[in-house]
Amino acid sequence: MSATHIVPKKIYFAVFAALMVFTAITVAVSFVDLGPLNTVVALGIAITKATLVVLYFMHVKYSPRLTKLVVLSSLFWLVILLVMTMGDYVTRDWRTYGMNQPHSAPYGIERTIAETVNL
Amino acid sequence: MSSSTELKLPPNNYLHDGYGWKSWLLTRDHKRIALLYLAAITFFFIIGGAFAVGIRLDLATPAGDMVTDDTYNKLFTMHGVMMVFFFLIPAVPATLGNFLLPLMIGAKDLAFPKINLASWYIYMIGSLFTLYAIIAGGLDTGWTFYTPFSTAASTSAVLPAGLGIFINGFSSILTGLNFIVTIHRMRAPGMTWFRLPLFIWAHYATSIIMILGTPVVAVTLVMVVAERAFHFGIFDPAVGGDPVLFQHLFWFYSHPAVYIMVLPSMGIISELIAAFCRKQIFGYTFVAFSSLGIAVLGFLVWGHHMFVAGESVYAALVFSLISFFVAIPSAVKVFNWTATMYKGSVEWATPMLYAIGFIGLFTIGGLTGLFLASIGIDVHVTDTYFVVAHFHYVMVGGTIMAYLGGLHYWWPKISGRMYPERLAKIAAVIVFVGFNLTFFPQFILGYLGMPRRYHAYPPEFQLLNVLSSAGASILAIGYLLPMFYFAWSLRYGPIAGSNPWGAVGLEWNTTSPPPTLNFEETPVVTWDAYEYPTPVEGHVA
Repeated sequence: MSATHIVPKKIYFAVFAALMVFTAITVAVSFVDLGPLNTVVALGIAITKATLVVLYFMHVKYSPRLTKLVVLSSLFWLVILLVMTMGDYVTRDWRTYGMNQPHSAPYGIERTIAETVNL
Repeated sequence: MSSSTELKLPPNNYLHDGYGWKSWLLTRDHKRIALLYLAAITFFFIIGGAFAVGIRLDLATPAGDMVTDDTYNKLFTMHGVMMVFFFLIPAVPATLGNFLLPLMIGAKDLAFPKINLASWYIYMIGSLFTLYAIIAGGLDTGWTFYTPFSTAASTSAVLPAGLGIFINGFSSILTGLNFIVTIHRMRAPGMTWFRLPLFIWAHYATSIIMILGTPVVAVTLVMVVAERAFHFGIFDPAVGGDPVLFQHLFWFYSHPAVYIMVLPSMGIISELIAAFCRKQIFGYTFVAFSSLGIAVLGFLVWGHHMFVAGESVYAALVFSLISFFVAIPSAVKVFNWTATMYKGSVEWATPMLYAIGFIGLFTIGGLTGLFLASIGIDVHVTDTYFVVAHFHYVMVGGTIMAYLGGLHYWWPKISGRMYPERLAKIAAVIVFVGFNLTFFPQFILGYLGMPRRYHAYPPEFQLLNVLSSAGASILAIGYLLPMFYFAWSLRYGPIAGSNPWGAVGLEWNTTSPPPTLNFEETPVVTWDAYEYPTPVEGHVA
């Protein structure tokens, strides 16, 4: 379990080459406007690269299950941070009490209030 | 006292293993490092306390005529920064935790002794930056560093203070890492997970929070420094940032940080209750898992700090609901402690007085937390003294009561000598009375609408404020007394012997003070935690 796993140099070079290719793709993609997909593609490539680094350069692929559990749970904690923070940002405009967008207010009564206030 | 002439300190104890400053500053002994931490946090406690004295003196009169409003802002900020980051967070884990963790699991030291020493040095370097911030004109952002004030408006020493806390964070992470590895890998033969003392379970849960939470606040403070120094648009709306994002990131750590402060304290209370009721803790497994439950749930509630900060009402609803869930594991602990006392052979020694005080004060602090988790009430009392009273009940009434109780309980193990019991009991009562007199009026003040962080207030609030200031002076006496009699007992205290309380637990199975490697031979554990003999009928402690 604690024995050091020797990774062949070939794998390191292959992973390095993959990282370089992804970097090139990132640069190339930045010249193409993909609309809403811009961020998705950039983050997708970044996550792929980070996964390669964690698995091969940081030896997690060859580590005991406990190490894998630690890595996964810290990742899960990052997901908590992102999901619950986004939970605030995404839902913030759902209920505007008709103040900002009087015509898209979800409930009739608020719309009436909004119109009363605005007019 | 008569026995002290017969007993002698063991000659091969860790205190006598090398003399001179080098033997302390370059030590790798977890017990000596714990004492280095003890000295450091006591120093910062005194500094933070001095700022509190300034606050309470200024609030004795409605006009706030002792210091200017700017100075007042700096007083409460530096009181908060010093107490939270440099006293409360390391208070129990870095001192008692460091000292006891290897002893309690039957190990010779922590897994990484050099990293343990490094964590103390990192803590000291961080503290130097923050002390520099105090000298360089002080800090006025509040301990929470809220943006955009801290990045765009404040003219005070935000950079050194932020860097100091950033550096200090690494010390916390390293301590947590050390504890987790030690608990996993270095338990004595026979010390299974469910034979671990609850103090260890509490520290395990705390270490998880330290490792998962601290990097977030560190990164957040780096972003504050980056925005302030290089005008990156992260939090300041004027340059395209979002100030509420700061609050999300800050409280993602700083709410769990409350559990870094209180979970180890709960571990202490479990030890004290078992030792002074001579009973196995009622519902051991539930108490152990409630620590982990608090650690996990604690990460899901941070949004309750932002109910009035522009957070979405839908997110607020979710955060409010989960905040209520935290009450479940907390109540499991409180009810199980009281159930342990039931039909126990209760001995009213000083540590037990602190434990009882903790249970009462923590319950008040926790229940008022439920008030604040209810969005409707929170809107009414946000940023009032109600909040101030609430978190002081948890942090001071909880953490510091348990810290003092633990310090008294393990002082014979740390120093090999007893403290004066009668004086200590008086000090414990003074702390309890002074604490309540200081902070209970603040609940009323807050409910009546007195805002926090103001240095002047309407005259009708004066009576309650004077009560609070008077209580603070009593509390100060209660804190100073132990400092004096602990120092006194180092030289004049009666020799304690290896197990003055007749407690079970591996730390009492070695000499007091223990040898550098803790045990003469590695203990083999064949019993459960807190396996006290069944009380004899009619037995009086």
